[in-house]
Amino acid sequence: MWLFEQIVEFFSFQDVNIRYVALGTLLLGASSAVVGCFTFLRKKALVGDTIAHSILPGICLSFIIFKTKDPLMLLLGAMLSGWLSVYVVDYISANSKIKPDTAIGLTLSVFFGVGILLLTHIQHSGNSAQAGLDKFLFGKAASLVQNDVITFGIVSVILIGTIILFFKQFSLISFDVHFAKTIGLSVRTFEVILSTITVLAVAIGIQTVGVVLMAAMLITPAAAARFWTDKLKVMVIIAAIIGGVSGIFGAFISYTAPSMPTGPWIVAVLSFIAIGSMLVAPKNGAISKSRKQKKNQRKILEDNIIKLLYKLGEKENEFFKNRSIRTLKNYREYPEKKLLKGLNILKKKNQVVLVNDLWVLTEEGKKAGMRVVRIHRLWELYLTTYLRIAPDHVHEDAETIEHIITPEMESKLEHLLDYPEKDPHSANIPYKNEKDINE
Amino acid sequence: MNIQVDNPVLEVHDLTVSYDKKPVLWDVDFTIPYGNLVGIIGPNGAGKSTLIKAIMGLVPKGSGYIKLYDDSLDSVRHKVSYVPQRESVDWDFPASVLDVVLMGRYGKKGLLKRVSKKDKEIAYESLKRVNMLDFASRQISQLSGGQQQRTFLARALAQEADLYLMDEPFAGVDAATERSIVDLLLEMRKEGKTIVVVHHDLQSAIDYFDWTLLLNTRLVASGPTEKVFTTELLQETYGGKLTLLSKIGDLMKEKQFPAREK
Amino acid sequence: MSDFWIILTGCLASVSCGLLGCFLILRQMAMVGDAISHAVLPGIVIAFLFSGSLDSVPMLIGAATFGVITTYLIELFNKKGGLQKDASIGITFTWLFAIGVILISLYADDVHIDQDCVLFGEIAYVALEPLVSYIPGLSAPSTVWVLFIVMLLIIAMIIFGYKGLFLTTFDPSFAAAIGVSTVVWHYLLMSAVSVTTVVSFESVGAILVVALLIAPAATAYLITDKLPKMLVIAALVGVIASFGGYYLAVWLDASVAAAIASVLGIEFTLAFLFSPQDGIIIKRLRR
Repeated sequence: MWLFEQIVEFFSFQDVNIRYVALGTLLLGASSAVVGCFTFLRKKALVGDTIAHSILPGICLSFIIFKTKDPLMLLLGAMLSGWLSVYVVDYISANSKIKPDTAIGLTLSVFFGVGILLLTHIQHSGNSAQAGLDKFLFGKAASLVQNDVITFGIVSVILIGTIILFFKQFSLISFDVHFAKTIGLSVRTFEVILSTITVLAVAIGIQTVGVVLMAAMLITPAAAARFWTDKLKVMVIIAAIIGGVSGIFGAFISYTAPSMPTGPWIVAVLSFIAIGSMLVAPKNGAISKSRKQKKNQRKILEDNIIKLLYKLGEKENEFFKNRSIRTLKNYREYPEKKLLKGLNILKKKNQVVLVNDLWVLTEEGKKAGMRVVRIHRLWELYLTTYLRIAPDHVHEDAETIEHIITPEMESKLEHLLDYPEKDPHSANIPYKNEKDINE
Repeated sequence: MNIQVDNPVLEVHDLTVSYDKKPVLWDVDFTIPYGNLVGIIGPNGAGKSTLIKAIMGLVPKGSGYIKLYDDSLDSVRHKVSYVPQRESVDWDFPASVLDVVLMGRYGKKGLLKRVSKKDKEIAYESLKRVNMLDFASRQISQLSGGQQQRTFLARALAQEADLYLMDEPFAGVDAATERSIVDLLLEMRKEGKTIVVVHHDLQSAIDYFDWTLLLNTRLVASGPTEKVFTTELLQETYGGKLTLLSKIGDLMKEKQFPAREK
Repeated sequence: MSDFWIILTGCLASVSCGLLGCFLILRQMAMVGDAISHAVLPGIVIAFLFSGSLDSVPMLIGAATFGVITTYLIELFNKKGGLQKDASIGITFTWLFAIGVILISLYADDVHIDQDCVLFGEIAYVALEPLVSYIPGLSAPSTVWVLFIVMLLIIAMIIFGYKGLFLTTFDPSFAAAIGVSTVVWHYLLMSAVSVTTVVSFESVGAILVVALLIAPAATAYLITDKLPKMLVIAALVGVIASFGGYYLAVWLDASVAAAIASVLGIEFTLAFLFSPQDGIIIKRLRR
């Protein structure tokens, strides 16, 4: 009940502070996720990390020079040094044998070192105005006030507006730089615009989640969204939702437990969503993969049993004879439990019936069995004819392929091989009836 | 055309290799006789490199087995030498030509023993055979493409193996280097070595190789070069993928279907 | 005496990091090193909860475990999840770091880890530690002892494992082809990085340890193209930065670790511009 009350209290947004914090984290989460989609797709996922570490010296220098904590001046300093770091990474990797990953690690750690050097210098020099600069290190989401939210709002509008305005250009340079160049797009210009808004997103976001975790605000929603869709627009929207939801959720947690830091919770939620997406996403998710594999195994089991029943019928020239589990076990080394499981599935499909503890093929079952056998033999013939594989080598492969061929492929196969009568081992290839061949 | 030989140096039996369940090699089955210069020929994406990687156990097999000297790779590793594609390593690496060639001795000696005088002699001898003796102490970052390739060949020679598997040794080298590499391979064959080479140029293939494998996901042919180089077989190799086969491959990936039932 | 211990600590940490960093950057795994240095945080917190101190065996085990978990997760996201390498690195370390910070807040009463310390450490603490004597006649702060032992272990690993590291770094597929396990060497190196990160953690923090790992190695990489020389130069670069950084910090009254990182940046810039082989100014002059 306590939790429920907390939820109601938080999400009614009665409290002014809650409103600011929630709105602020929402805006931040969503807008950095949108920008992050492009750094993610441009395979520059760690650019955000570089910038986040590199804005500190700019902030400190700006403070030392202008002796003010005016957010705009600090932001200017932050933007300049963040921008410089992106340039330095590119310059080092383009003009020396240093590899890009080394250039990134080097730049971010050295810039950060210089930043800390300046920051500690400012702190130790006893300048009382310096208090609060360290929010650029750890972030202070819980203490967002009205002014912050206004700033966030403006910045979000700038970020999302720029993305919408140049959506086509950004998607072009994200997918295929060379193509973008050949159609005369000024790739350089849009790269600069993109890194500028990335720097802006980082400079704002870092005050909420801190220097280390900023990278996650950019790339984790994008990565999570990528699991759900192949369309860029959809991906951007999903990422924005994931970013926004995580932002609010993080704010909620530190509201219910005030000692809890907001930034890390936002990132924890983000990571949770990303890992969850990796597991459950319908297309590439790990769970869907393993479900597919289970389905495959069941299909294999069904097919093999129905094939066995058909082949026994073929051999004895009596398709609808009662057969015991023991007989079946003699031909297929399945454990009895597995065999029964398969038979019961087939029974439900009305392909076999159980008579006095003995199993009998139905007319339907005979057709199904015939189909598996037909595909098996057709595939063997395909392998010997088109892949030039020796007849004594084709059985194993056909054992697998017989389960996967679709009706459409089946008819193509028949057509390609011109409705053959015999497989490479001179066994008959069974067809439903003469009519099928003429079709 | 798939000519099987008795007592082969290399036997590949019904090998299927898949990437994310999609087969890139489909039931490849062949044998290679001793003492031949063998070419693996096929279009881009035919699975040529994958085939020798599978032979060296560098990619997992979906089905089938491979026998070298009628034995498993692990028991005859010291007799087999693998030359990766030149582009697979970073040539900015801080090492000298001699350092790289000496790696060829690591397999025989283990990683803990020191490099002996004899190892160095063998390394120098190998460098001499590829005409790189003057470059022994040169840093590899300063080599041309052809010199890089010859360094790799010297490393292979230093292994003193009997069977050599080479991935595109002629890629990106100039004509003179290619000629000298071919001469070296012929010389090695004369010493009774078996050399298997991944090669993409049809024109020169007919001159270089005694035995040829034509590959395009499936094995189109394996046999003496003059018998394999027929218009029909070449067309089959280069005439594109088999539509049905690639469709089934795609379906296997989509359904995550295993290459074999178990 | 306190400046001696501080400089010595800097030297020991930067030599260990510099040596390992050479292999990291040659394997193009610099950012994996970065990820490990952040992701060991939850390991440190958990180990702290169990053992109650920062320099202990459980700490090293906890950290090494998390280091290996990090590398494993990065590969998992990369291979099974199909994410690009960069993205899987970014997601992994931010996630683990966030958990670490949450754990610190959760057990704030039991875990005395300062937030500042997590990011940039406080090397000056070493001078406040009581001296311990493990070898008669030699007494030093325990941090120095630990760093010293770790450095010896790393040097030993590089000397005895030189061929394995060299081979698996330069040409992993050839290594596998001659029967050398690339996985074993990979995880050995990653464990060494994790342990080094943790023992340097208190002194230099999670981010600046990255500077120690990457900058000396990158500088040395530009100066020489021989691996043994590169290792020695990287160690030297670190030592010079430890001295220079200390005095810079004293002059500016600022963090020593940050000053070391800044000096490392200067050293790299000099090498980048003037290295006899690869310096861009030298190259331009030669043209």
